[in-house]
Amino acid sequence: MDIADFFDTFFEEAEELLADMEQHLLELDVDNPDGEQLNAIFRAAHSIKGGAGTFGFSVLQKTTHILENLLDHARKGELVLRADLVDTFLEAKDIMHEQLDAYRNEEAPDQEAYERICHTLQQIALDEIGQTLEAPVAAPEPVAKPEELPSNEADHSQLIVALLNVSEKDRVLLVEELEQLGDVQAQSGDEKRYEVILNGDVSADDIEAVMCFIIEPEQIEITSAGDGHSAAASDVEQNSAKNAPVPTPSAPEPVKNPPVDAKQAAASSAKPKKAAAESSSIRVSVDKVDQIINLVGELIITQSMLDQTVSDLDDQSVSNSSLQNGMSLLQRNARDLQEAVMSIRMIPMEFVFSRFPRVVRDTAGKLGKEIELVTEGKSTELDKSLVERITDPLTHLVRNSLDHGIEMPDKREALGKPRTGKLILSARHQGGNILIEVRDDGAGMDRERLLAKARENGLNVSDAMTDEEVYQLIFAPGFSTAEAVTDVSGRGVGMDVVKRNIQGMGGRVEIQSKKGEGTNTRIVLPLTLAILDGMSIKVGGETFILPLSTVLESLQPTKNDMYAMAGDDVVLKVRDEYLPVIAIHEVLDVENAITDPTQSIAVIVQGEGRRYAMLVDELIGQQQVVVKNLEDNYRKVPGISAATILGDGSVALILDITGLHRLSRVKKEAGKVVNNQPISFYKEAEPS
Amino acid sequence: MSQVTNGAVMAAEAESREFLVFSLGEEEYAIDILKVQEIRGYENVTRIANAPDFIKGVTNLRGVIVPIVDLRIKFHLESVEYGGQTVVIVVNVADRVVGIVVDGVSDVMTLTPEQIKPAPEFGVTLSSDFLSGLGSLDDRMLVLVDIDKLLTSEEMALVDSTSTR
Repeated sequence: MDIADFFDTFFEEAEELLADMEQHLLELDVDNPDGEQLNAIFRAAHSIKGGAGTFGFSVLQKTTHILENLLDHARKGELVLRADLVDTFLEAKDIMHEQLDAYRNEEAPDQEAYERICHTLQQIALDEIGQTLEAPVAAPEPVAKPEELPSNEADHSQLIVALLNVSEKDRVLLVEELEQLGDVQAQSGDEKRYEVILNGDVSADDIEAVMCFIIEPEQIEITSAGDGHSAAASDVEQNSAKNAPVPTPSAPEPVKNPPVDAKQAAASSAKPKKAAAESSSIRVSVDKVDQIINLVGELIITQSMLDQTVSDLDDQSVSNSSLQNGMSLLQRNARDLQEAVMSIRMIPMEFVFSRFPRVVRDTAGKLGKEIELVTEGKSTELDKSLVERITDPLTHLVRNSLDHGIEMPDKREALGKPRTGKLILSARHQGGNILIEVRDDGAGMDRERLLAKARENGLNVSDAMTDEEVYQLIFAPGFSTAEAVTDVSGRGVGMDVVKRNIQGMGGRVEIQSKKGEGTNTRIVLPLTLAILDGMSIKVGGETFILPLSTVLESLQPTKNDMYAMAGDDVVLKVRDEYLPVIAIHEVLDVENAITDPTQSIAVIVQGEGRRYAMLVDELIGQQQVVVKNLEDNYRKVPGISAATILGDGSVALILDITGLHRLSRVKKEAGKVVNNQPISFYKEAEPS
Repeated sequence: MSQVTNGAVMAAEAESREFLVFSLGEEEYAIDILKVQEIRGYENVTRIANAPDFIKGVTNLRGVIVPIVDLRIKFHLESVEYGGQTVVIVVNVADRVVGIVVDGVSDVMTLTPEQIKPAPEFGVTLSSDFLSGLGSLDDRMLVLVDIDKLLTSEEMALVDSTSTR
């Protein structure tokens, strides 16, 4: 799969985000802005910026970046909103939309409008909060000669960065940041003026972008070594050059439009290709698809009922044979229809994973790190709605791992690790869930640093917290341990969004980390609507489904292999291994089941790394089942992960191996649980 | 006297409403008809282990898994039989779909506010919290059940109290 396949997805997502942003902006009460709404606008901008960065749409990315900065100030209350500011934000949104259209039509975005809006936004920053954000764009002195651009950055291979009135603590951080950008040749000075000589392919703009979140722009002076002219002047000059036409992969040629009215230019360039850009797909709400799936399921059941009736007719007359022909045709069509409908929803994880090589490559390049990406379990199928929603959080997590997790190659070498860091993305079914992991072999998390940072942010923490709890702190809104905000991460918005998104899907995030050895972020998603390969079994008169992935083998136990242990426990010896026996009819109170273990079948299953022998009456066979959530209309049931609908229209429960084991233990401890004490029992059995 | 004033207060609050009347044993109950999604027969219910006895299990309602509650067991009725006449009323409460088993559905009644009397304090089996009143219609008395409150209550064990939904 090619990265271009995701362009459309990005365009559609960005369009929705822009629409959201517009709506929120319009609803915003300027005198008394709603914090949540400001956050929503900010997050939309942040997400667009991230996407634009991934796909290399740099003009859009930069516009969004400046807007995002302003919005960040607004949501922190540092920027007082006024109606005219909101108008400007709306205008910026419109221009972003035009840029988006331009990228979609594979045209260069309107340079004029871009510069104008950047200038306006920066002017607001300057006027309202007294700070320059990125750098002032010189007045629309547009369309510099293109050949000047890429080489421009390389020209400044040596820069002198002077830090004015910067405290020692901040200075150390800043120098560290500079070291990430290039080679620090020399540094000297005192608090009043500290000079760092930097070698490398860096522009003044990049340096400012990194630093302006720690110190004010006035505190930085950047001079290119060898040309001695005034710092501030060169600053502006460089920035204006940098901010002029930005080369993008999709639009390498310079903008041809002469500086006429910007809006008019945008309109004329956008119009003719509009029609061609109509997308060949439609977005349909998941509810509608679900409804179709349910209806088709009903259709199949009705069809098999009819089929039964027709095959019961003994009369083989001509009219009956045409009826039977019709029935078999109906059967085939119905099955085809079901398959087609199901395939709408299910897509392999590859769809998500295949966008990461590019993300990793770009991010690693930006950070100067060497990273090898490994993906596992690409064929794990996942519901489309989950795939769509997992992509963004996963991108955040990957970038986070790259930025904060994996160390610079030199540092890795010094630590005795291979220079190339390893990032593993994996997906697999586990228990009743899908487990997606982002593993890196980087620095791991620093408990103390997290705690210190949390205290700084006024969060309620204590030293007694477990590691897992401490790691969860990174998901707190506004929490970031990165000392500087970069293009990649560090604003603390990402992780909060990650958690929100994943919880929205009914999942959870776990973090395992070992300092110096790496971090493993695990996303556990429920199986809602995922398809499960199941083994149907019978106990008494009831049918249950065991997830096939948990089933290792089945065998007929003999008396000699069964051993009683203290209390009621029984173990089954299978090839020198003693496995705890779970009799399903006991745990789930099934009547009329086979109670003599030697007459039943032992299915050896594995759950969360442990093996059990489950006693069942009969194995029916393997089949794919659609997982239905029990919690939608009912509640969590101990020992049951979900339900499904069988071919005859009845409901079968899908067993949760570890849940059953826990349940059998609880039951044995409590003696026989009586049915009329269900509530206390539920509470005991429910996992925290 | 106080009952009259109470009735007057309720009259001011509510217009006349339609109720679905169903029977449990000899008694007549009624629920707000707007909560009712459909009425169907009792069939194909999959038992849920370790659930309270009045939760009969779950069934497939056009692809949706719906729990089935037998109100006759919940209200401790003596004879609980399942036959061709046994009816399940499918109701929509709190964004959930739940089926309730009753002995039969008789009719749909319109009650004016004057006909709805406040429920007296009574009952251990059916707390008056779960009643929206008593309807009096000629010589019939209808127990008006607040089906929302009843089905979402802790004692019905239908809703995960710990769930984060």
